[in-house]
Amino acid sequence: MSNLLLPPEERYAKLIEEKFQEDGTELQILNLGPTHPATHGIFQNIILLDGEKVIDGEGTVGYIHRAFEKIAENRPFYQINVLTDRLNYCSSPINNTAWWMTVEKALGIEIPKRVQYMRVIIMELARIADHIICSSVMGVDTGALTGFLYVFQYREKIYEIFEEISGARLTTNMGRIGGFERDWSPKVWQLIEEFLAEFPAIWSEFEGLLTRNRIFMDRTINVGGISAEEAINFGFTGPNLRAAGVDYDVRVATPYCSYEDFEFEIPVGTNGDCYDRFCVRNAEIWESMKIIRQAIDKMPEGPYHADVPDYYLPPKEDVYTNMEALIYHFKIIMGEVPVPVTELYHPVEAGNGELGFYLITDGSRTPYRLHFRRPCFIIYQAYNDIVRGGMLSDAIITLSSLNIIAGELDA
Amino acid sequence: MALDNITIQKRLQESFNDSVVNFHEQHGMLVLEATSDKVHDIIKFLKEDSELNFNFLTDVCGINYAEEVESRQLAVVYHMHNWFDNVRIRIKTYLNIKSPTVDSVTDLFKSANWQERETYDFYGIIFKGHPQLKRILNMDTMESFPLRKDHPMEDGGRTDKDDRFFGRTVHNC
Repeated sequence: MSNLLLPPEERYAKLIEEKFQEDGTELQILNLGPTHPATHGIFQNIILLDGEKVIDGEGTVGYIHRAFEKIAENRPFYQINVLTDRLNYCSSPINNTAWWMTVEKALGIEIPKRVQYMRVIIMELARIADHIICSSVMGVDTGALTGFLYVFQYREKIYEIFEEISGARLTTNMGRIGGFERDWSPKVWQLIEEFLAEFPAIWSEFEGLLTRNRIFMDRTINVGGISAEEAINFGFTGPNLRAAGVDYDVRVATPYCSYEDFEFEIPVGTNGDCYDRFCVRNAEIWESMKIIRQAIDKMPEGPYHADVPDYYLPPKEDVYTNMEALIYHFKIIMGEVPVPVTELYHPVEAGNGELGFYLITDGSRTPYRLHFRRPCFIIYQAYNDIVRGGMLSDAIITLSSLNIIAGELDA
Repeated sequence: MALDNITIQKRLQESFNDSVVNFHEQHGMLVLEATSDKVHDIIKFLKEDSELNFNFLTDVCGINYAEEVESRQLAVVYHMHNWFDNVRIRIKTYLNIKSPTVDSVTDLFKSANWQERETYDFYGIIFKGHPQLKRILNMDTMESFPLRKDHPMEDGGRTDKDDRFFGRTVHNC
């Protein structure tokens, strides 16, 4: 028991020694990470190998721990948005929107329908971008680089849409309390339309390259599987859980942002292996496109932000000419906004599963406590249980199929 | 009939009497306070009872209430979720900051493993029965528990960033 408290390399050194004494087998330790191409981020796995077979492993995380929870306790609400960008940096708009929704729920702000639909559009675009990365990188890790390069152009196009909306590409810092900082320009709508017109053909072609590809199937089917019971016990959510056959999706279980207005399906797998995860993500991309289409078609008229002068910055022209606006501007920037004393947990369906913000306010300008429930952090602890007994090359593909994002892992 | 908060409260009070107190609803979620010696049993009961069925441990985290009396300065918060009836519940247990100890729930939910390690890492809360209670995000040689309120966010020797100029004090910054 206490053995586990030792650093893994010391534990394994002892095991290697014992095993060698016992039957002359030479086990070896392999450092997978912190900067290994297969980890797609900075985290380490110390793996004990017998030839190519994984005997045991231990994950070491925290290499990009930035103490966001501590920083959040020292920042006014609007400044925390930039921290959430850096959680799952492959789909920042989901994190941003989740944060604004948490704050709005705490403050009791009603959000106009139009803003909710616009948020749905950016969140689904972000989900597509997130899944593009994961699915295409799975191809790369099985040796198929072509598909990756091909679809990455379209991730770029999504980032162009984000850039048009917020000015930033990766860490978007999108939105404000109550809505968006400005209305979307006609260019945004045009870019989204273009994306929706072009992407399906590309994505079908990508799926055609890999989904029924003999080599890819051999590499992924029955590899890195997890049963539904185990997955639930390990706290899996998102595509990784749905691949195991459980249809839990926060968008449906506790709808937020008017998700109940849209028709879409939750794709589920059966085996919970790498191939199912791949297929579930691919199917989700199609569902996301369906949601975006519906949101554009049903887009209601209305303002692009809620009417909450206490929290939403006044127009800049007014700040220069109007006393009232100047006062509000100053108060909001300094964080002197009325905040009720409350406590809430707000979950959303992020790219990797249930992203939750647990916020405690004490009436001051900053959160008293803010905890991020990061899906990757919880999913990743199962990794060594999944890969134990398998081959090293399977461990690599399992890692990329779980889509572990270092930013979300460490917070 | 879907499970409602009143039923959950009644079932818990029947089984645990004085160990569960302070039931209230926040944003529709049932919140309760449990004594630290019983919290493991309560979570086990919530998970295994065929009516309550809280099959998923969503989140475990710590809180430091620096203004409270010593015996209530630390808290562990568990969020659980019943997927069948779609009900969430929040269980809080307060601990004495002098000897913050609570039973680990890793035997019930494997997902608690790293979350409890994280809570230990940041608040110094000892989870009894945890298989591998060591630091996870911070470095192993660290001595303090950084999310406690008395831990300064930045090096106190810095003079270039004086938050007082922005109307902030230690307490409201």
